[in-house]
Amino acid sequence: MDNNKNSDPRFKIAHREALIGVGLAIINFVWWYGFAYGLGDQAPEDYSYIWGLPSWFVYSCIGGFILMTILVTFVVTVWFKEVPFDEEEGGAE
Amino acid sequence: MNLSVIIPLLLFLMLIFFIGLWSSRQLHASKNFLEDYFLGGRQLGGFILAMTMTATYGSASSFVGGPGVAYTQGLGWVLLAMSQVATGYFVLMILGKKFAIMARKYNAVTLIDFLKGRYNSKWVVITSALSIIIFLFSAMAAQWVGGARLIESITGLSYTSALFLFALSVLVYVIIGGFRAVALTDTVQGIVMFFGTLILLVATIIAGGGVSSIVADLSAENPNLLTPYGSNLDLTPSYVSSFWILVGVGVVGLPQVTVRAMSYNSSKAMHRALIIGTIVVGFIMLNMHLIGVFARPILPGIEVGDKVMPLIAQEVLPPWLAGIVLAAPMAAIMSTVDSLLLLVSSAIVKDVYLNYMKPDASNQRVKKLSITITSVLGILVFLMALNPPDLLIWLNLFAFGGLEAVFIWPIVMGLYWSKGNKYGALSSMVVGIGSYIAIDQLTTTPLFGMHTVVLPVLSSLVVYVLVSLFTQHKVTEHRF
Repeated sequence: MDNNKNSDPRFKIAHREALIGVGLAIINFVWWYGFAYGLGDQAPEDYSYIWGLPSWFVYSCIGGFILMTILVTFVVTVWFKEVPFDEEEGGAE
Repeated sequence: MNLSVIIPLLLFLMLIFFIGLWSSRQLHASKNFLEDYFLGGRQLGGFILAMTMTATYGSASSFVGGPGVAYTQGLGWVLLAMSQVATGYFVLMILGKKFAIMARKYNAVTLIDFLKGRYNSKWVVITSALSIIIFLFSAMAAQWVGGARLIESITGLSYTSALFLFALSVLVYVIIGGFRAVALTDTVQGIVMFFGTLILLVATIIAGGGVSSIVADLSAENPNLLTPYGSNLDLTPSYVSSFWILVGVGVVGLPQVTVRAMSYNSSKAMHRALIIGTIVVGFIMLNMHLIGVFARPILPGIEVGDKVMPLIAQEVLPPWLAGIVLAAPMAAIMSTVDSLLLLVSSAIVKDVYLNYMKPDASNQRVKKLSITITSVLGILVFLMALNPPDLLIWLNLFAFGGLEAVFIWPIVMGLYWSKGNKYGALSSMVVGIGSYIAIDQLTTTPLFGMHTVVLPVLSSLVVYVLVSLFTQHKVTEHRF
């Protein structure tokens, strides 16, 4: 990801945001996997239930989805920066 | 057949038709026909961007097939489907602003334009264009078959007339309206999918006597339906996890999705689309697959998975509402084929004809040609779908994972690694698709318990990096 010093300053922002994307996907995966196979790996008759559904499912699938919605909203509104896309307004070299 | 189911469906088709007609008016005044027709003049706002990405991606396989498998496999399949939440943010964040900026720098209208600007290689362009034309054409035909089957099963029309109805309603707006029509209709279709699945889920839960009672019924029938391992306990964690590559992060390599990441007008639109896209994808995937699972105690013994969705809708909803809700899978199919049609057409017109045959063609000529090629392709797909040849069905198997293996690294590494070069890109494409087909043909059980897509995606990365490093002296490093 190293770039020449004279490269576009907008790219620094872009690179940072791409890395955030990778980070989010990793968090998403770990949460999804951890709850599904952590709580789901027992005999079905021993499952605990939330809202009538097995708790592994509620945490992993519904909880994971809500978590990602919150995280994406957070990083986009707080960390992401707006940059112009057109050459003439953009950070010319 | 029930007329009150058919009428809402026909109204939906007409609505789509008029949106297409309406957006074609903007094309008439266009100065840069090519960019307008194939990319909507890069003017998409956040909401439309999110909807068109979601709708393009959620195709017949996920919309009609998905609930069918969930019906057989239980909650384990919903778990697998939820790996798709990642597509809602991952594609736009990874390609992100860098892709938007570079695409404008290279003046790219198609994904292949971007690759051409980045690698400056005729062979990369030709290989990419061929992969898109061959694989997406087959994928498109397979989706048309799905669309026609759906109309057939709902209305009771013959397959041929159903196909004709479907073809007509899609072709007209794509041909005359181009990308803007596709994006706008995708938005309407996305909204229909969003509310359609919600209504159907709620009605299914009510018909089943509440979630607890449905879950108790499932547990009484086969407790495995409630585990993450599938009804026969054959969904292993590694197999289910490998879908994160196929339908989650690997979607970065799908041309029909990628091209949308160069179509938005500002970073504000991209930010909005990230939030909306994540919510919409997650919501639709969760609801739709849960419907499949919950339908099981209400309508036991459905043999053909594809029929679960139409049958449950007609069972739990009043007919007129079933008609509206069944417009949702219809919408999913239409919004996928319209994007594919335009993409294949752009590969022929822009990437092959304008690049290598007649670079100085006038705006007027390009316009005529684009519309002609799109029409000819549409008619060709129609004829193919009437009686799909075996080759086409075979090719369609590779359309999703195969294209990901071809494009993911040349795009992603091309954006972020300045040492990546054309030799690396070309060999990674060849290895990607070659190993995909080889593994698929030579193995009968999943390799290492994972989906076929995993190994080709990994090996094409290794090849990209190694070949780029070994051939460093041959090309000057790319300056972004």
